[in-house]
Amino acid sequence: MNIHEYQAKEVLASFGAPVAKGVAITSADEADSAIASLPGPVWVVKSQIHAGGRGKGRFKELGDDAKGGVRVSFSPEEARANVDEMLGNTLVTKQTGPAGKQVNRLYIEDGADIARELYCSVLVNRETGKVSFVASTEGGMDIETVAEETPDKIHTIDVEPSQGVTAETVQALVQAFELEGQAASQAEDLFPALYRAFTETDMSLLEINPLVVLKDGALRVLDAKVSFDDNASFRQEGLQKYRDLTEEDEKEIEASKHDLAYVALDGDIGCMVNGAGLAMATMDIIKLYGAEPANFLDVGGGASKEKVTAAFKIITADPAVKGILVNIFGGIMRCDVIAEGVVAAVKEVGLKVPLVVRLEGTKVDEGKAILNESGLDVVAADDLDDAAQKIVKAVKG
Amino acid sequence: MSIMIDKNTKVIVQGLTGKTGSFHTEQALAYHGTQMVAGTHPKKGGQNWTGSNGETLPIYATVGDAKEATGANASVIYVPPGGCAAAIEEAIDAEIELIVAITEGVPVLDMVRVKDKLSRSKSRLLGPNCPGVLTPEECKIGIMPGSIFKKGSVGILSRSGTLTYEAVFQTSQAGLGQTTAVGIGGDPVKGTEFIDVLEMFLADDATESIIMIGEIGGSAEEDAAQFLIDEAKKGRKKPVVGFIAGRTAPPGRTMGHAGAVISGGKGGAEDKIDAMERAGIRVSPSPAKLGETLVDLLG
Repeated sequence: MNIHEYQAKEVLASFGAPVAKGVAITSADEADSAIASLPGPVWVVKSQIHAGGRGKGRFKELGDDAKGGVRVSFSPEEARANVDEMLGNTLVTKQTGPAGKQVNRLYIEDGADIARELYCSVLVNRETGKVSFVASTEGGMDIETVAEETPDKIHTIDVEPSQGVTAETVQALVQAFELEGQAASQAEDLFPALYRAFTETDMSLLEINPLVVLKDGALRVLDAKVSFDDNASFRQEGLQKYRDLTEEDEKEIEASKHDLAYVALDGDIGCMVNGAGLAMATMDIIKLYGAEPANFLDVGGGASKEKVTAAFKIITADPAVKGILVNIFGGIMRCDVIAEGVVAAVKEVGLKVPLVVRLEGTKVDEGKAILNESGLDVVAADDLDDAAQKIVKAVKG
Repeated sequence: MSIMIDKNTKVIVQGLTGKTGSFHTEQALAYHGTQMVAGTHPKKGGQNWTGSNGETLPIYATVGDAKEATGANASVIYVPPGGCAAAIEEAIDAEIELIVAITEGVPVLDMVRVKDKLSRSKSRLLGPNCPGVLTPEECKIGIMPGSIFKKGSVGILSRSGTLTYEAVFQTSQAGLGQTTAVGIGGDPVKGTEFIDVLEMFLADDATESIIMIGEIGGSAEEDAAQFLIDEAKKGRKKPVVGFIAGRTAPPGRTMGHAGAVISGGKGGAEDKIDAMERAGIRVSPSPAKLGETLVDLLG
């Protein structure tokens, strides 16, 4: 689960990390009191969407010369004018895709007098299997660019799981960030606090870009991006209040209700597959034969007939879908359950597009019999290759 | 020969009394008499488990008790995600040689803790979120469908469960068969990596060729490719066919497996395919042509 910048700062502040004063608003009516509650002389108005690159982003509805999605304002009036221009409009950044995202929330924050911008993230380092800090003095810019052009300016510091952040870890980070004086002594509290926030709330990513040294020598979290590990949501119920459904695809929300792994894509062939690897490979083979998948959908291992029905309905509800490929290699998943689910879904919502089904593995004969006897217009496929060719031919003609 | 498991492997089931554990234990017992020897449950020690065909197994309160009573050297875990790390830790403490965690959806920070403990132990962990391991006609641990296997000469290793089945199915159809198939699991932090399994397959005389199936995310495939290059320089070399799932996956989106995500410009399919080809691995263009590609490579 991803959350907004202002929510991430709320979480970090609760662990003692230094953040600026700020107020989140969802309507222009709240703007004046929000602006008045901050001391000035600088107000920063920041778009709250689940995508990066907001500062360099552009609003679709405004002209090319209009400012981006993060605006520094030098008077209450200017801040208010920015709120009116930004709220409700569609921000396009390099991470949103060309459609952009509607800005439904703004965060108005007290400005900062910045001396240096640093990059700091905490993540699970899959090469070592440990939680790591990634530190760079090159903050405020795209870290991928830094990694490509000046990899020696990126330091990765592992934390031993049995010890947590030690004095040595802090010392390594202070050196990596080239911190001095007040900032160096603040680091003794900040980095253990970030590690605690990461581990105690089951984050999968914490990115602070930039972490800044202010002109008065203090450290401050200027921007923050947090993702939580969905696998740990069962023990992090308190975090559910941060979920913003307006940031998620409707079909993906429906899928998550049924515990289905679903990702909406841009193509026109709907896919229902068991297993994440096979689901990806099915997308790949569709592309290999010259078409594009409309989605990634893994029905999982022991799916019930109801779950299969729900999955099939999500696929057919997508107007972009011109054909459907069901590809099942039953291990735990039984082919007869898949067949029953598909038949039930078609009875309920109908079938207006070609359907190709490939079944293999556990209870394959029973599954094929159910489809044959249903009277549905199903194209049966012998193997994955055959299935992909048949659905692409059916859609492209 | 085979790797990891054979007809002498004795297996404990952690989570035997649940629906999934029960079903797959029945399947394993029916598969060439895999030696499933006991189950564990903290509150049901001393009772017996009875399967739907009348099979029975003794239940012990702890893995340690079960091991002592049965001489088991492996365990398989079917407990829910919240209890999986504790179940693995219990098996590590009991010094079980091979621990296979089938459970999907284990919090990644739990696995960070487990991996640390594992590094100071004698145990090998396979998974979590994996289909298990199977040596044809000898032993089946986990959820792979036994009916598609055939005893033979190909070693199969994969991050994906259902793609493992594709590779097994296709090599059976091609008449090659398998020595052992190993699913290492789709999570970012796991017990066994490709390199560990490749080392075993290179060392196993019966394994004449290898199919390795990777996917987007991380750098395990690149590490494996480098390992094969280094071993080839020492004269250890076997024909390898590879496949990478996720060529069409968009960056930043997690594709079902927690580990399958292209992030920070790393973990993309093309880089992995390049690395594998540089290591002399024949990369199959399609998941439907794994067997065909291997037959072609073997000439």
